[in-house]
Amino acid sequence: MIPILRQIFRTGIVSEPLPPADEALRAATQRLSAAITEHLGRALVIRHVDAGSCNACELEIHALGNPYYNIEAAGIKFAASPRHADMLLVTGPVAKNMEVALKRAYDAMPEPKLVVAAGDCGCTGGIFGESYACCGRVANVLPVDVSIPGCPPTPLQLIEGILAAISPGTTLSTSRSIDRSTMSAPGSNG
Amino acid sequence: MSETAQFFDLPITFTRQPEHVFPAWEAEADEAALEEFCIAAHRAGRRLVALWGCDKRDRQPDVPARGFALHVALDLAEGLACLTLPMDACAPRFPDLAPIFPSAGRLQRAVRDMIGAEPVSSEYPTDLRPWLRHANWPADYFPLRHDTPDASFPAQNETYGFVRVDGDGVHEVAVGPIHAGVIEPGHFRFSAMGERVLRLEERLGWKHKGIERRFVGMALAEGARLAGRVSGDTTVAYAWAYSQAAEAIAGVTPPARAIWLRALLLERERIANHLGDLGGMANDVAFSFGLMQFSRLKEDWLRLNARLFGHRYLMDRIVPGGIAIDLSASGAAELIEQCDTIQREVRALKAIYDEHAGLQDRFLTTGHLAPERARQLGTIGLVGRASDQHWDLRVDHPCAPYDELETRVATHANGDVAARALVRFAELNESLHLIRKILSGMPSGDIRCDVRSAPERRGFGWIEGWRGDVLVMVETGLDGKIRRCHCHDPSWHNWIALEHAAIDNIVPDFPVINKSFNLSYAGPDL
Ligand code: SF4
Repeated sequence: MIPILRQIFRTGIVSEPLPPADEALRAATQRLSAAITEHLGRALVIRHVDAGSCNACELEIHALGNPYYNIEAAGIKFAASPRHADMLLVTGPVAKNMEVALKRAYDAMPEPKLVVAAGDCGCTGGIFGESYACCGRVANVLPVDVSIPGCPPTPLQLIEGILAAISPGTTLSTSRSIDRSTMSAPGSNG
Repeated sequence: MSETAQFFDLPITFTRQPEHVFPAWEAEADEAALEEFCIAAHRAGRRLVALWGCDKRDRQPDVPARGFALHVALDLAEGLACLTLPMDACAPRFPDLAPIFPSAGRLQRAVRDMIGAEPVSSEYPTDLRPWLRHANWPADYFPLRHDTPDASFPAQNETYGFVRVDGDGVHEVAVGPIHAGVIEPGHFRFSAMGERVLRLEERLGWKHKGIERRFVGMALAEGARLAGRVSGDTTVAYAWAYSQAAEAIAGVTPPARAIWLRALLLERERIANHLGDLGGMANDVAFSFGLMQFSRLKEDWLRLNARLFGHRYLMDRIVPGGIAIDLSASGAAELIEQCDTIQREVRALKAIYDEHAGLQDRFLTTGHLAPERARQLGTIGLVGRASDQHWDLRVDHPCAPYDELETRVATHANGDVAARALVRFAELNESLHLIRKILSGMPSGDIRCDVRSAPERRGFGWIEGWRGDVLVMVETGLDGKIRRCHCHDPSWHNWIALEHAAIDNIVPDFPVINKSFNLSYAGPDL
């Protein structure tokens, strides 16, 4: 126990402030009214579905949970069941073999529901495109609220997109600072 | 004259392929000779690397006996040996190799789905269930035949013939394709008695997105990006293997500095994944401290990747002809410094893991894959090494710079979750050591040369990625564009081992067993 506590102590709190929402990532129609987004606030529950990614997009979603991004501290968590989720976060192009499962997950979510397409593949079909085996971008299968480009999008880009989906378009109802200048450079992924 | 050889005293004459940076041999065989050779290779303790099919009907339209080809790649002591079996244009068939190499079964089913060639056996029942096809396109739509047009079909529900376990009190637990966490999709069908797993059957292929068909017609340089996205967590190994194949086709050798930088990136990729897995395995036994600590280290690791190489996962850094980005002297110093920090931190965390009774209790004896079973199944890579299977290309067939690095292979004989954790710790250390060696031996000079495609060539690339060996085969057509590209993920071999490792464990231990294997879904699904 002592070494564990010592290690925790030595590490300290490394969490960094969250970036602001990137409103530019929002699709033309925001389906949630300002009233609802205000109500949702920042207590957001996400169900992630990998619809056919190369698996690097998942690595960045995992990274959201590491102590640096610490997304749970912002009130955002990932749920096992789509029935508990406000948002469907979809990675990859939609593989034909995943089309039915993805639609079922979406149908199982309670209204109102948000869909965020993550990564170049989710946004456009990416390098895999459309074919006998692939439906291409997520919007070909589900209504998409926010698309986050990047291959894969960095954790910061993911947060900016996720926040865009739940921000009423005005100032964020957040108690955490949104000053990005203090962040160490996590770099970009093209 | 090119070099020729025969192996296992069998009358098949192999020709050594020029321009490859590891020994690559090719030969043609008929059905009986192919089967005989595979049996001899298996007896000699060698293994199947990959098998795939090609449509050749446009090559010699007047010779129907050579309409299709099956390629079988084996790992021999002398290098990579690729056997080609010509198949009939109207009724392509090949001998069922699954009785010799168990992992051939699913590969053969994929060949059948993709080009419509049938595995046949006179002695054993052959598994003819579809693998990559999930009823979402017709059974007679063969995506890798050249005359198959682009098409799209409505998605459907598949009824799949899972093997049923009968008996009093036996029940099935069906999991997936969508799992509880942030993880790739796959379906696991457990037959359990109470909590005890009697049998696990996997149904994969959910992520199949037609990558092999996508390759067709691409320029040689263009294909590297796609190969680097077959399995994103292994992007360095795939990009390097693809580049080796492309360079063999073009007949060029990249500058020495580029090769050393590639090895640097490959070892960095190995460490990034091991850091992630060591945290993930602890998390699956409710020791979230481990996840937090290791994911912090992994993030540090990725951030330095982004800063020095421009991409957190190093995608598109390795390109045919060399490497896309050079390393400065100050960058090299930062890498060394980071190696020291990570080594110190990992040592402290390992001591905590070693001493943690709860974690050890859950790790030890869980998900046991006995060395003998691993040998029978042809288990490779990290999982194989944790079950005493000493395969590692960095030592077995080292290409530059590994021929100068003297990699020490980490192995363990226990074959349980604990052994797979220990092998990761040992490999992490060894890779840190290799990175220091690479940085001190790094030659100076150019980092890239021109790669000009050549028509009608075949090239192979073979790299020990962090999960095991990745094989890439590229064939060019008359126009020098890609005619066929097959990317083989090591997970093909190890998924079947996971089915065995789960037996007799309790269902709730499956997540940590699965995590300790951490196989790719995207890679084999293609
Ligand atoms: S966007 Fe890039 S990283 Fe994400 S799934 Fe597609 S290819 Fe992979």
